[in-house]
Amino acid sequence: MLPYSGSVSLVSSFLFPPLQFVPPPNRSDWLCVVTPSVRRVTRSSDWSKSRRFPTGLAHSPAEDSLKMAASLRCFLRSGKKAVSALGQREFHRSAPAAAQVTVRDALNQAMDEELERDERVFLLGEEVAQYDGAYKVSRGLWKKYGDKRIIDTPISEMGFAGIAVGAAMAGLRPICEFMTFNFSMQAIDQVINSAAKTCYMSAGLQAVPIVFRGPNGASAGVAAQHSQCFAAWYAHCPGLKVVSPWNSEDAKGLLKSSIRDDNPVVFLENELLYGVPFEMSEEAQSKDFTIPIGKAKVERAGSHITLVSHSRYVGHCLDAAAVLAKEGIECEVINLRTIRPMDVESIEASVMKTNHLVTVEGGWPQFGVGAEICARIMEGSAFNYLDSPVTRVTGVDIPMPYAKILEDHSLPQIKDIIFSVKKTLNV
Amino acid sequence: MLTNISNVLRACAQRNGAAAVVSARTYADFTNEATFEIKKCDTFKLDEGPATQVVLTRDEGLQYYRTMQTMRRMELKADQLYKQKIIRGFCHLYDGQEACAVGIEAAINLSDHLITAYRAHGYTYTRGGTVKKIMAELTGRRGGIAKGKGGSMHMYCEHFYGGNGIVGAQVPLGAGVALACKYQGNSELCVCLYGDGAANQGQIFETYNMAALWKLPVIFICENNGYGMGTSVERAAASTDYFKRGEFIPGVRVDGMDVLCVREASRFAADYCRSGKGPILMELQTYRYHGHSMSDPGVSYRTREEIQEVRSKSDPISMLKDRMLSNNMASVEELKEIDVEVRKEIEDAAQFATTDPEPPLEDLCNHIFHNNPPLEVRGTNPWSKLKSVS
Repeated sequence: MLPYSGSVSLVSSFLFPPLQFVPPPNRSDWLCVVTPSVRRVTRSSDWSKSRRFPTGLAHSPAEDSLKMAASLRCFLRSGKKAVSALGQREFHRSAPAAAQVTVRDALNQAMDEELERDERVFLLGEEVAQYDGAYKVSRGLWKKYGDKRIIDTPISEMGFAGIAVGAAMAGLRPICEFMTFNFSMQAIDQVINSAAKTCYMSAGLQAVPIVFRGPNGASAGVAAQHSQCFAAWYAHCPGLKVVSPWNSEDAKGLLKSSIRDDNPVVFLENELLYGVPFEMSEEAQSKDFTIPIGKAKVERAGSHITLVSHSRYVGHCLDAAAVLAKEGIECEVINLRTIRPMDVESIEASVMKTNHLVTVEGGWPQFGVGAEICARIMEGSAFNYLDSPVTRVTGVDIPMPYAKILEDHSLPQIKDIIFSVKKTLNV
Repeated sequence: MLTNISNVLRACAQRNGAAAVVSARTYADFTNEATFEIKKCDTFKLDEGPATQVVLTRDEGLQYYRTMQTMRRMELKADQLYKQKIIRGFCHLYDGQEACAVGIEAAINLSDHLITAYRAHGYTYTRGGTVKKIMAELTGRRGGIAKGKGGSMHMYCEHFYGGNGIVGAQVPLGAGVALACKYQGNSELCVCLYGDGAANQGQIFETYNMAALWKLPVIFICENNGYGMGTSVERAAASTDYFKRGEFIPGVRVDGMDVLCVREASRFAADYCRSGKGPILMELQTYRYHGHSMSDPGVSYRTREEIQEVRSKSDPISMLKDRMLSNNMASVEELKEIDVEVRKEIEDAAQFATTDPEPPLEDLCNHIFHNNPPLEVRGTNPWSKLKSVS
């Protein structure tokens, strides 16, 4: 049994023999299908306890039976769809009308829905239109909306970022894509001085409703100039909101909120997550599903230690938590979702419960997200609840090397998180 | 005889506190309009240029005169207040360049858009800001056009996007405003200004490329006053033909000291843009009497003789005054009367700007975001939790 094959596969192996994945004919009838070879399925359903258990219920040794009960409940809840699916003479595992959606598709859905909802929304960036997006995030949008609303720009970051900000000032709602945030450095003056500060300088007269989005942080094998994490850089500045989603639900809900926000939002995606499928509930698939900016999410409840992370490393934290659970260490994993404004209250509430804190990020340690969390915890009421100093797990303080072995050792691995947790707990 | 009567009547009016010009001379005594021959503009990639025969009506002339005089006096008052340390920080004065702002505004509508760099007080005025609010912003009071939050370089009003401190950054912004105009299909255009110093900024060339590619309705205007801070154009640019620097964008070089030249060229440019042909570039050859800013005396890189020569030979207000007087479009007294009114307006504004209270401390953290629920902002220390509303 794989460590995170989750509730669905447990039930499936119980009720049905392992099945081949059959692409469903109709997207709205998507149901979960699991094969043992698909390792990352239904991560959310494992740890999103809030949906199936009362909040705060920690794992117990009887977790397996609890999970099975939950899965049965879900299976039965799926009711009509399950029956109709069976009626279609295809064997499908069912979850409550949920679907497996990659982060890429979730982002695409978000943009598609917002473009449809508001005429003023448009997308510009390099290769976003006819190439379908450098990472295919904007696939199909140019075909659907045309040249007016999906604009291919020349390679002129400072120029087109400024044009996007100007368009926002004049009443439109641009989504400005940077092919990666490394290139945003060319345009950072427009993001900070023209976008972030204008509402304040004009005493509220001039709003700038713009979203700057693109992949942030390390990819795979792209070396130093293409691997920097800009969360700390942008989160430093008042006037900006900085959002960093992890899974598909985060991606879609937060991108929609960002587009609907009347202020400049820096939306940090992660290239390595684009192709990863996550379960999205029926509610998350609806056209009006938004996630509020500025609110963190407890992905996994725990009692011994709090792990706080954002973007890709939330997954690493959950993996580490699963391993640690076997040793009896229950980690509470918090997905920040928004870097600025940071939901310090959620972290403090968790720390007051667990008394230990580890922050995990891909960025460099100095002056980073973890450093800020440390400072805020120290300044707040949760400090008195700490049984040990806060530990930061970060990327190594070097430019990103190329060779695979070096690259792997430049970023936090699951074993680093496990090691840090144990050190923090002094076990 | 008539003059005497008018003088007496005017004196009576003044004693009664009325500000109106009381003159026994009627409009019938003045020429209502006159045609002037103006300098031909150099053109680049254009078959024809702006007209050289222009008509100026009496009303237009008086309005331009009043506006330019208001701008001139406002800037000189700002100079005074700065030396008294009532205005702090940066203060970039526009005196000498009035014809540019007035001429441009005469050719466009208030529904069009305009953006410029930091030498922006004049444009804030022509775009609809009041002298009172501009001066109160310079002195950092709550009655300022940006409630004291922005200062000299960050003044905004309807369809006027500042006031921008970063040299050259306003150019892509202006093209973006033009993109919005084209997107919304409203036949508006954007006038996007920058100086001879900024003309060498890379992002301007990126903007030229995209504006031409997408045929954005933007008029790029280079206000060439000969110096980028302390560096003369010859020392900064490999090519000082700024109107040609758009390469694939047609350009016009205009005498920026003559308000009629500027107006005519702006009309020409506006027509070009509105017909959907895309962007056009104008170089206005103008001059600033003050240094780059109030911390620059302005004489280390140019001679006082040069400044004096421009003042005596090409001053925009004098030029317009001479034109109107020699064509019997206004009387000396009438223009003097306007001067008096303007002086009073500036005095009142300065009075307001020096007596209005500073913004309340509660306003410190406000306006960070637009349309946002209230949030808490960290003060200088962890116990200082400040409130911010939109």
